[in-house]
Amino acid sequence: MAEQQQHASTSGAYLIRGAAILGGAAEDLLIRDGVIAARGQNLSADGATIIEAAGLVALPGMVDIHTHLREPGREDAETVETGTRAAALGGYTAVHAMANSTPVADTAGVVEQVLTLGRTAGWVDVRPVGAVTVGLAGEQLAELGAMADSRARVRVFSDDGICVHDPVLMRRALEYVKAFDGVVAQHAQEPRLTAGAQMNEGEVSAVLGLTGWPAVAEESIIARDVLLAQHVGSRLHVCHVSTAGSVEIIRWAKSRGVNVTAEVTPHHLWLTDELARSYDPVYKVNPPLRTDADVQALRAALADGTIDVVGTDHAPHPSEHKECEWAQAAMGMTGLETALSVVQHTMIETGLMGWEDFARVTSTAPAAIGRLQDQGRPLEAGEPANVILVDPAARWTVDPSKMATMGRNSPFAGRELPGRVVATFFKGHPTVLDGKLNTPYRWPADAVDAAPAGRP
Amino acid sequence: MLTRVVLNQADIDRALTRIAHEILEANKGSQDLVLLGIPRRGYPLAVRLAAKIAAADPAVDAAAIVGQLDVTMFRDDLSHQPTRPPYPTQLPRTGIDNKVVVLVDDVLYSGRTIRAALDAMIDLGRPRIVRLAVLIDRGHRELPIRADHVGKNLPTSSAEKVRVRLEETDSAAGGENSGAPVNEVVIEATA
Amino acid sequence: MRHLLSTEDLSLANAVRILDTAEEMAAVGEREVKKLPALRGRTVVNLFFEDSTRTRISFEAAAKRLSADVINFAAKGSSVSKGESLKDTAQTLAAMGADAVVIRHWASGAPHRLAATDWIDAAVINAGDGTHEHPTQALLDAFTMRRHWSQLAGTASAGADLKGMRVAIAGDVLHSRVARSNVWLLRTLGAEVTLVAPPTLLPIGVEKWPCAVSFDLDETMAQGVDAMMMLRVQGERMNASFFPTTREYSRRWGFDDNRLRALDTLGLKDTIIMHPGPMNRGLEISSAAADSPRSTVLAQVRNGVSIRMAALYLLLSGETREQATSTAAYSKESH
Repeated sequence: MAEQQQHASTSGAYLIRGAAILGGAAEDLLIRDGVIAARGQNLSADGATIIEAAGLVALPGMVDIHTHLREPGREDAETVETGTRAAALGGYTAVHAMANSTPVADTAGVVEQVLTLGRTAGWVDVRPVGAVTVGLAGEQLAELGAMADSRARVRVFSDDGICVHDPVLMRRALEYVKAFDGVVAQHAQEPRLTAGAQMNEGEVSAVLGLTGWPAVAEESIIARDVLLAQHVGSRLHVCHVSTAGSVEIIRWAKSRGVNVTAEVTPHHLWLTDELARSYDPVYKVNPPLRTDADVQALRAALADGTIDVVGTDHAPHPSEHKECEWAQAAMGMTGLETALSVVQHTMIETGLMGWEDFARVTSTAPAAIGRLQDQGRPLEAGEPANVILVDPAARWTVDPSKMATMGRNSPFAGRELPGRVVATFFKGHPTVLDGKLNTPYRWPADAVDAAPAGRP
Repeated sequence: MLTRVVLNQADIDRALTRIAHEILEANKGSQDLVLLGIPRRGYPLAVRLAAKIAAADPAVDAAAIVGQLDVTMFRDDLSHQPTRPPYPTQLPRTGIDNKVVVLVDDVLYSGRTIRAALDAMIDLGRPRIVRLAVLIDRGHRELPIRADHVGKNLPTSSAEKVRVRLEETDSAAGGENSGAPVNEVVIEATA
Repeated sequence: MRHLLSTEDLSLANAVRILDTAEEMAAVGEREVKKLPALRGRTVVNLFFEDSTRTRISFEAAAKRLSADVINFAAKGSSVSKGESLKDTAQTLAAMGADAVVIRHWASGAPHRLAATDWIDAAVINAGDGTHEHPTQALLDAFTMRRHWSQLAGTASAGADLKGMRVAIAGDVLHSRVARSNVWLLRTLGAEVTLVAPPTLLPIGVEKWPCAVSFDLDETMAQGVDAMMMLRVQGERMNASFFPTTREYSRRWGFDDNRLRALDTLGLKDTIIMHPGPMNRGLEISSAAADSPRSTVLAQVRNGVSIRMAALYLLLSGETREQATSTAAYSKESH
């Protein structure tokens, strides 16, 4: 019965005609039964629905290494359903859901619950991130192994939002995750140097009288952690790198062979602390917006591979957490539905990268960090059909009230951005068509419903 | 814009001379006399009147009987006009208690400025008598106020504007109407 | 001017306009009837999220002298999750018909939020926000300095600026909204400012400010200073390691009796000593200095009322407060 239903909803075959594969030459892609059945010129439709894709770019479905879906616990901010709708519209076929939910995703039970919520929604592959420490408290390791062995098969562990600042605990976490090829994704923020911090410490914070968040608070932790990763021979991922100094440290670490990967958010590729002059908390984010010199260094680092991936750090907040004084406001910005456009604007239209690089930093590399087998794959026959079609010539004006995410806190509101996701195929099923949500993918029942405490 | 000169320099001077003598006559001399000009153009007119009074009565020290009374903060139209910075109020050293105060302004129109001046003055002291001298009375009163001494009665339509240009206030570069002739009164028809 | 939020964006023309208007307001303060009817029927709300009796009564006196109705709203304690949000408070005040909101807030930028959002349409006056700005304090300081400076020059203060005046501001610059507002305003008025502080109490980025920076009070004095402004220093800063002890602080950066005498030996006979209050006698300023004839502490308090009257008047009297910045000479239409 369930088998049949699933068959009905995914049996559609699609012939994408004339899309520029990774921005290259125009070719056809035939999608059938969840995989790319063929790639080539003048493929025969053979009953498949034809999608005319002249002028569109075909890319592997984007993979977000850093998403806050808020559920369980803060369903007033976002749910798995709304967050993954936003992800599909933004061109994603997989997202890593950060652990700072309520309860914290620090047990097998919670990560399996999130996995189930994601599969029930069916818009993208939701990969739960496990907390490094119990309750994100930074005192005791969470059951990392249990989460790794759970149905969620967690490989990325992070206390994101809070830094694992205790050097011994960080060392142990890095060592321990080697047992199941995990990675610790560090939120690099020295807590004592950032007590009460409100924005980047520099010229602008001096004028605005907002407590400064020095670059050194990020850089000192990254420096420590790359040395620890080298010492114990483990894998480190650095979340949302925001300063030029951090870039230099990571570049140095990579040159020494440290197994470190790094991430930058779309907003840090564009926005600067000058925006804080408005005191509008929509620009309040952790780590804070930095200077233009930092922005330029981050762009160069993403282009040359020092920074491996773009992660959105999509952080929706209810409006009352932003409609207040700066110091009272929550930190964070939405990002899933603007990431592609912002990266196109900052990296592709500046000539720093091409679409092939785009596919690397938004899909291949993040999938590799998360150890996702069927994401970030080449667009070749036989590969899973996680594919998106992008119209790079489109222009649109950001209107947060029209977004699928519940968060209205987009720092890009009112800006005109390039590029638009026309279609998203997740496991061969179009979750987005003509730039609009279509229908979710239906997982086989046994993939969805093994969770003990599911939702109705 | 049509403009018509209604008083030239000589006319103004003659009118002020006549008013000065009327003031002395009404006061039966110069004793207790204080002239308070209302900024901006009432004040130079008060200074000119004081000089003429001193010329007629050598016992009078012109500078000692003239002062400036700012009425800005007492106006009833503050929220209907662009913000007006106040001018200084300066009273003669003798003050105004028990004095015969002659308020001096350039144009009497609705009467609202004089209403404000009376309120402003009452906060500063209690004169024995208050009189009003104006260079032009153009009619259209909105309050029960009349002038005791008038340079010229000038029937106007309310669509017209009466402009008084004095060398003390209107000759400096950058002032309003800079470059226009001074010491004359013109009517501008805005039709 | 629609709001008075900071001195950083206050033009020279508007600054001088406020100072000149305050001169006329000061004259009213010397009269028997210290009241003007200019703001009759207008409602001014003192919205204080932080205690400051001095600032509140100064604004209250200013508003009352202009015949405005004054509502005091002490919102202290209604912070974080408890109590009402700034938005709800603002909308409440708007519903009550406030024409001006004088806001004191512990959070930098709170007045900007009130002014920038559609929560309330009233004129907003910043009465001190966090460690950001305190524009009326800087204006009253400048007013005090201008009177002194003009008197020395034998000229009228109306219309004047502070060109050539050497001002030293010493103390906890990092946490001082008074210092920030003064730096911007004094620059606009043409004074030469030197900030004197321990390096721990200067913000990162201060080198971009339009002023000199020194760690040495004696050296700054030796180079000549016309106004010496001491900032309040909280003794608790010692616990966060901003300086070792209050004793060391006051020896190096306090205006003590030795430095008071040094003004005489340096030949600085006309130098005034300023303090925004409340003073920590014996910490940043000695009693002898605070009480000396050079001290302008009480004049500053007095001038505060005049400055706040000027600010309230200029913000509230305009034509529905729209393009009230128009400096075009008005025509006296209703003579």
